Amino acid sequence: MTRSEVAYDLAVVGAGPAGLAAAGVAARAGLRVALLDAGARVGGQYFRQPPDGFHATRPGALHHGYARFVRLRDGLGDTDVLLGHRVWAIEPAVGGGFAVHCLKGGRERAATVAATRLLIATGAHDRVLPFPGWDLPGVMTAGGAQALLKGNLVVAGRRVVVAGTGPFLLPVATSLAAAGARVVGVFEAGGRFTLAPRALTRPGKAAEALGYGRLLARHRVPYKGGRAVVAAHGDGELTHVTVARVDAEWRPYQGGHETIRCDTLAVGYGFTPQLDLVAQLGCEIGADAAGVPAARVDRHMRTSAPGVYAAGETTGVGGADLAALEGEIAGRAVVADARGVPAAAHPAAVRTEARRRRLAAFADALLRSYPVRDGWTSWLRDDTLICRCEEVPYGRVKEARDLGAADARSIKLLARPGMGWCQGRICGEAVARLAGEAPGPPRRPIAQPVRLGDLAAMNERTSDDDA
Amino acid sequence: MPDVVVIGAGMVGAACAYYAAREGLSVTVVDRASVAGGTTGSGEGNVLVSDKEPGPELDLAVLSCRLWTELAAEAGEPGGFEHEPKGGLVVAESDEVLRALTELAGRQEKSGVATHRVTADELAGYEPHLAPGFAGGVFYPQDAQVQPMLAAARLVRRWPGVELRTGTEVTGLLTERGRVTGVRTGAGDIPAGAVVNAAGVWAGEAAALAGVELPIMPRRGFILVTEPLTARADGRPLVRHKVYTAAYVTNVASDSEGLETSAVVEATQAGTVLIGASRERVGFDRTVSLPVLARLARQAVGLFPVLADVRAIRAYCGFRPYCPDHLPVIGADPRVSGLYHACGHEGAGIGLAPVTGLLIARLLTGAVPELDLAPFRPDRFTGAAA
Ligand SMILES: Cc1cc2nc3c(=O)[nH]c(=O)nc-3n(C[C@H](O)[C@H](O)[C@H](O)COP(=O)(O)OP(=O)(O)OC[C@H]3O[C@@H](n4cnc5c(N)ncnc54)[C@H](O)[C@@H]3O)c2cc1C
Repeated sequence: MTRSEVAYDLAVVGAGPAGLAAAGVAARAGLRVALLDAGARVGGQYFRQPPDGFHATRPGALHHGYARFVRLRDGLGDTDVLLGHRVWAIEPAVGGGFAVHCLKGGRERAATVAATRLLIATGAHDRVLPFPGWDLPGVMTAGGAQALLKGNLVVAGRRVVVAGTGPFLLPVATSLAAAGARVVGVFEAGGRFTLAPRALTRPGKAAEALGYGRLLARHRVPYKGGRAVVAAHGDGELTHVTVARVDAEWRPYQGGHETIRCDTLAVGYGFTPQLDLVAQLGCEIGADAAGVPAARVDRHMRTSAPGVYAAGETTGVGGADLAALEGEIAGRAVVADARGVPAAAHPAAVRTEARRRRLAAFADALLRSYPVRDGWTSWLRDDTLICRCEEVPYGRVKEARDLGAADARSIKLLARPGMGWCQGRICGEAVARLAGEAPGPPRRPIAQPVRLGDLAAMNERTSDDDA
Repeated sequence: MPDVVVIGAGMVGAACAYYAAREGLSVTVVDRASVAGGTTGSGEGNVLVSDKEPGPELDLAVLSCRLWTELAAEAGEPGGFEHEPKGGLVVAESDEVLRALTELAGRQEKSGVATHRVTADELAGYEPHLAPGFAGGVFYPQDAQVQPMLAAARLVRRWPGVELRTGTEVTGLLTERGRVTGVRTGAGDIPAGAVVNAAGVWAGEAAALAGVELPIMPRRGFILVTEPLTARADGRPLVRHKVYTAAYVTNVASDSEGLETSAVVEATQAGTVLIGASRERVGFDRTVSLPVLARLARQAVGLFPVLADVRAIRAYCGFRPYCPDHLPVIGADPRVSGLYHACGHEGAGIGLAPVTGLLIARLLTGAVPELDLAPFRPDRFTGAAA
């Protein structure tokens, strides 16, 4: 184990809405807080900032809730913001607290941050389902398209198809259209606006959905339910896609196919919480409303591991509002726990708790309304790549199953999907589903690639040394 | 009704099924999980003679090495399991260690091990990127590599007389007048002429189903895997053989509870470099130990300084099934007729799987085994328990 000198009261990993809110609350209460993020700026996926070189005149125009982002950013107080820090491992430190091992900057210098408490707010990443042609240049995740848009602003003139499932397709399509892209269609594999009735009891969200509807209409973007992009085509780069009419299980109807010309395809099938560090720390992991693994927390955002808190999408995908609120709750709990007072005693506790429950119920309803259906596997061909890092086609996955691989892990062992650079972050869920399993929590002792030289330079003394 | 039920579809169970079926027996292999889902799927694929002291285990290893070559030739590529007879290079840090290593090599030769002394000057010819300063080493041409998961899966599938049932847990043994007559599983009874216990690190529990004791315990090992390296100009991998320091030889037979590592470093066909493995007795604890990973990295960089700038992308651990005397259990159980054991191979279960399968097949068909099985007797621990 590693002993470090400068100790923070709290280290927050992830500077999205949840991490920003938590760090602010804790720092303003007088705790010494470090906020770490792999990115070059605070904001995370949702509040992604254009690089300083881009003088976007109105960055706020791209951002929903930009004012709130500014408020969170400006409320960080004395927080030490450690950007360009990729956390590759966290371990309990000798004498309590945690050693957070990072790689700094482009040159990946090793650094260790010591903290008494930890908040994991590492967000979520796009859920990817493979289909023929998904590896062509021009095909990207919906989250990736949004990042492109918010990060470097070069989409004007593109001919874009947006496809997948879930409410996130709408802001992606409308912001692409607003930035000058020609969005030739939004294809929702589930039904059109299949919001569970309970979700509609939140007028704000319903209005937001309607607002998107108006925006789509203004940009003449067709929005169709029960349609899926089942193949992307092009010689070296994307030129067109096949859109199929699909049944309730997402199986294409005979003959219901059309070909659409485009140079960009943004596909989104929802998000998966980023749980590498949570799993590494041994925190209990449960499942969100859609059955996807998520960190289990109590109502003060404490995980099952003492001193470790989780907030935002790490605890289940629920959007920026909920993430910021969870961050605030977690920040207050950290402060209370650091002072040894009950977390529930905070004057705002009852109000925030009620608000969190409302937002979480809405998020759950959304998750339940946009499930991934098994029919997507019928889009696959034997030569469709399942794992891009190791170039494993579907045929090899089937072969592994025929050889006796009865679960996702054995498919991985026999056919190598998920063994490459991304360590299954992209293909892991697809492989699990192909094995007929619900996606499981990650097992990645090394959360980020780390040079052997840096690993070798870690402290010599180990708790395992018996001599 | 099959002639034999094999409990466990790991490397050892697969080899037992293969050789039994080759002799014409019908075999059902049952595994509660998947093929190669146990320790076979969380270790490495070294087939080593170099790391063993002369004695019964080395005798097994020498024969098994030859069997692996035969199996690979029979399988051919594709359909194979990446068998690579690349040889092992053991390097000595000092003249004193070199003397001990050379002396060991001399004794190993008498057991049928081929060895080549390598002087300090010749080391670079074997491994151009090896760190300078080693006193010399010994090259073992028989040391080889297989991909254990593919090997297990393919050997189980080799003969039509083998049926594989995954997702089927053995919960009890069927007995008739003191004789084992099959297995009870979650999916019904499977009567059989004989039962082979190849349940790996869980073999003690399987034996307990027959009321007999087998002291098989877990010994944890971590492995580090690097990013895939791009092809080198000369078309050869950065690390050409299995390379490790001579300290390893003393670790294998150690009784210490603590952590011991002397990492074997090697390149795989997937382009990655494997560094492993550590040896600890910590029960079935999967908690990641960064100090262990750090130590593996240090040893790898110590052998090959160029690896310092190569990134580790993955680490995993597994549990070796070991017996108090560090020998496997291979043979018919004299306490319960109809029950055979093929387990407890510790860190050599991949290498020793073929010979284990062959010997079990001999016993099942009443033929004479190639080697004396006395050192591997299942009841050798009786009364000796601590
Ligand atoms: C880190 C590490 C590195 C290693 N490196 C090497 C190496 O380089 N070379 C080498 O030769 N060896 C190596 N080993 C050792 C080797 O992996 C093992 O000796 C070998 O895999 C054991 O194979 P097995 O078939 O006996 O057990 P396993 O592969 O564990 O198979 C046992 C099977 O039995 C099944 N099972 C158990 N109980 C039941 C039940 N009641 N009902 C149904 N099924 C059951 C399990 O699901 C499992 O699939 C290494 C091990 C580790 C941990």
